[in-house]
Order: sequence, then C-alpha cells, then structure tokens
Amino acid sequence: MLAAIDGQATFFWFCALISCCFALGVLFSPNIVRMAFYLIVSLGAVAGLFFLAGAEFLGAMQLMLYVGGTLVLLVFGVMLTARSNFIRMKTGGGEWILALFVGGGLLLLLLRTAFMVESWSLPPAHELPPADASTTTEIGLALSGVRLDGRSGYLLPFVIVSVHLLVVLIGAAYLARTKRPADGD
Amino acid sequence: MAEFLDTSLHLPAWLAYFLAALVHSALLLGLVATGAAVFIWMERKVAGRIQDRLGPARTGGKFGWLQSPADGLKLLTKEDLVPGNADAMLFRMAPYLSFTSSFTPFLALPFADGWVARYVHTGVFFVLAVLSLEVFGVVLAGYASGSKWSLFGAMRESAQVVSYEIPLKLCVVIPVLLCGTLDLTAIGNMQAGWMTNWLVFHDPFTFIAFWIYFTCGVASVNRAPFDLAEAESELVAGFHTEYSGLRWGFFFMAEYGSMFLVSCLCSVLFFGGWHGPIPVFDLLGWSYGQQETAFRLTGYLANLGGCVNLIVKGVIGVTVMIWVRWTLPRLRIDQVITTCLKYCVPLAAICFVGVLAWQLLGLRGPNDIVPVTRHGAAGVREGWVLKAEAAERQAELGRTAPAAGAQQAVAMREQVGG
Repeated sequence: MLAAIDGQATFFWFCALISCCFALGVLFSPNIVRMAFYLIVSLGAVAGLFFLAGAEFLGAMQLMLYVGGTLVLLVFGVMLTARSNFIRMKTGGGEWILALFVGGGLLLLLLRTAFMVESWSLPPAHELPPADASTTTEIGLALSGVRLDGRSGYLLPFVIVSVHLLVVLIGAAYLARTKRPADGD
Repeated sequence: MAEFLDTSLHLPAWLAYFLAALVHSALLLGLVATGAAVFIWMERKVAGRIQDRLGPARTGGKFGWLQSPADGLKLLTKEDLVPGNADAMLFRMAPYLSFTSSFTPFLALPFADGWVARYVHTGVFFVLAVLSLEVFGVVLAGYASGSKWSLFGAMRESAQVVSYEIPLKLCVVIPVLLCGTLDLTAIGNMQAGWMTNWLVFHDPFTFIAFWIYFTCGVASVNRAPFDLAEAESELVAGFHTEYSGLRWGFFFMAEYGSMFLVSCLCSVLFFGGWHGPIPVFDLLGWSYGQQETAFRLTGYLANLGGCVNLIVKGVIGVTVMIWVRWTLPRLRIDQVITTCLKYCVPLAAICFVGVLAWQLLGLRGPNDIVPVTRHGAAGVREGWVLKAEAAERQAELGRTAPAAGAQQAVAMREQVGG
C-alpha cells in the first residue's frame, strides 16, 4: 500500500493546494498587509512547484523577483502611504466587473491550453529525461545574443529592458532627492 | 542518500526521499540551533572581555557555558503575549517567516565536496534569493505589533536591507564571474589546493570585493554597527519590542543563523570553502578525485575534515562580526544609507569592472583557477549528486582561459556542431 503513493504527485498536490488556498485568501481578505502575507505564501508555493518540475533557475527567480522584490515594494507602498493603522480595502462594483472580465479571460486561455494537452498521465520516472543542468548557461548566452541552435538571441530586448530600468532608476532618484531652492533665489 | 535507501533497503521511493529529507533537515536544524546557542554565549563572553569584564561566569559550567541553556529554558517558560493592539495572526506568523527564510538557504549550502542537503545547480542564486526574504518577517513583525517603535524599526530595517542587497549581490557576482558557474560546490572545488588558490587572493579587486561583501553582509543581517532596527536608545527594541518568550527567541535564532550563513557563504565564495590554507588531505592523497564515484573511507574522512574546515571558517566570520559589534558605535540612519549608496555600490561596481578587465587582459595572480566553460553530466558518490566537470577542467588546464563570453560561445557551438 505504501508503495502506491507517488511522491512527486503528493508534493505537487501539496504545493498546488497551498498556492490555491492562499490565493483565495488574497481574494477574500479585506486587510492589505494580510493579503501581502498570503501572496508571499502563494507565490512561494508556486516557486516550490517550479523546483518540483526541475526548473531551479525559474524557481529561484520566482522567489527573488516576485516574492522578494514585488512584495517589498507592496509592503513599502502600503506602509508608507497608509493614513491609519491596519487599513482595509473596499472594492467597488465596477472593479468587480473589470476583475471578473480580466480573470475570466485568463481562465479561458488557461482552460483552452489545458484541453489541448493530449495525455495527462506521466511516463514512469525512469523514462523521463533528466532535468538539464546547464539551462542557466543557455539562458545567459541567449541573453547575450548567442543561441546554440543558431537562432537569433535576445540581445536587443535585453538591452532595451536594461536602458528602461536605468531610466526608471534615475527617475526614482530624481523624485526622491531633497528639494533644494533653485539657484539664484 | 535517497537512492541508497531506495535500492539497498527496498523502501518505497517516496519514503526513501522523505527519510533522506528528514535526516538532512534534522542535521541542519541541529547545526543552526546549536550554533545559535554557542554564538549567544560567545557574544556575551567576547563582549565581556572587550569591556574588561568576565562575561557570564556564575550560571555554572566551565566558562559559564550553561548560560545559553538557562536562557533557552527561560524563553520556553515565558508567557506568549500578544498585544491587544496587534494584528494577532500576522504577529504570530512573523517570527516563523523570519526563521524559515534564514534556515532554508542552508539546504543549498555545500559543507564539503558534494556534501549538500539539496543540490541546486544555481546554488548562489537560490541562497541569496531566500536570504533576502528574511526582511519580510521583520517588516511584518514591526507592522503587526501595532506599536510605533516597532514600525519605525521595521521601516529602517527594510530600507537598510533593500539598499544593501545591491552591493552585496554585486560582490557575489565577482566569484561567479571568475568561476563561470552559479554552482556553489563547483566554486568551492575550484579553489582546491594551497591558500593562494582562494578567490580572495585572485587579484586586488577580489580582495577589495571581499571587504565590501563582509560590510554589506553585516548590514544585511542587521548587526551592529548597522543594527538600527533595534536601536535601544531610540526605539526601545525596534521590531521585537512587543515580542516575548519563544517567538522572540525565533528572531534571535534567525539572526544568528543568517550571520553564520553569510560567513559560510563568504568562505565558500572567497576563502576556498572546505579547502584549507594547507591542503592536508590533498597532500595525503585522501581526498576524492573529481571523477571518483565509489565510496572510500579516506575520502570520507577528507570530506569530514573539509566540513569541519568550513564550519571553523564560518565561526571565525561570526567572531569577527561580534568583535566589530562591540568595537564600533552604531551609525545614524543617514550615515548607513550614505555608506551603502555612496561608498559600497560604487566600490563594488569598480571591483566588478576591474575583475572583468583583469580577466580580459589575461593578467595572472597567485591562483591557477580555470573557469567552467562546459557543464557535464552529474555523478553520484556517497548518495550525493556531484558535477563531473573535472575531466573537462583538466583538459582546459593546458589551454588558456577563454577571454570573452563570445569565444566561449563559439567553442560551445563547435562542440555541439562536432
């Protein structure tokens, strides 16, 4: 009986369940900081799913960018702009409709993709190809414009994004600097 | 280890993996918790000696070592208070979040050649990503306490940690750049041999980068002189003002855990990890060859020595942090941010460019490190996964290191084509 339990599937359901439950928590909690906390747990569980699938780089990226970066910003924004302690969020009717529209559209897209998969049963573990260790190298090379299969890399998008980030950085520094009286006053 | 349980003892796969995970977690948790107890005792002893006192001496035991167990007992029996003004759920969860994110990186930290609880190909990245989440526990604790002192402490901490992450990560990129891999085991193994092979002695820029890394490491784990989040004279106790008992203890375990982690990471990245100043086991011929996958007692002993070596280096790092804490006065918040943005970031950037230039010009240092240009298949020894890139490294030793990424890519293309 014990041998019948599939470890991979168990962990998948565990992570998926945590992720979904806390995502619902984000949806139904009125308290913004609690929502941020639920979002951390939900996104962390998604990172766990990535690790389970052998996409370690993506999992670490998920932790670093989404869980770390976005939520630090969220908490900063909420805590620095809140007038009173433990602010609550009120959602109007129009926002509900807009959210339903966007969320429903994405769900339709997901369902369509899910129904396009031919077979959901996994091949036995020993027939699966081993996770590729060197994906990071390939990603790095592709970002610097070289791809092993001879197709064009992503140098231009990468440079555009870097310049964009630099502009944002300078803008932020400009907005946050101390206001001094203009020269000559 | 899971493979061993699976194949030799005929346990079902999930049970084998579960048991292996349990053993690894228990070992690491033991290390972190014991480490925290020892470090707290050490902190008091060092503080006492620096201030010309004896430190704890009356609790009992040789040199008062029973002080830490006594503290632990006291914390266990204290009442678990939640202030009436607090957000109770977040207030209760925050210490766990802090402790989890300071403990989880140990899973990917190698303690010797191949001795790592969970082998992650992008180990450095994983460790830094998880460690940067520790600030969340602190921010949530400060916010949920419903006290203005706590909130001030949390805001200071988040501002400080977020800004110090930039130079810290810039400094970490330098060893990654030199080794050509994000794999902590590979970075450690490349520094095998005498201490001249340590990356800190690679060139002048890495030497400076180490000092910046250490400064930023101290700041990012929120230790004096950067402990503004808990400045007693201004903020009572900062983010943990309202905490008592075991929850407060979790914050302290998290702090000492991440101090130890930052020191261990430092010794892997800059100080050769498990490869000592004198390669005793290499000279004896005990250590495993890089391609070897069979178990050998001498090789096991060599790995054990390497593990002790790494832990000793980590403890030395923590001792320096304690020494710094009791020597330097606390900085003001503006001084902290100035130190980061006006000194650490530019210096780290200059070091980064300097190391790049050093590599491109092909200048030689005392090291004979050859960067990884290819990633081979993984091998298994003692149940631990290890990378079999050694043969390639030997092959590379004859040639000169590729100067630029472009050449490297061309070489890889040729390999794929041929």
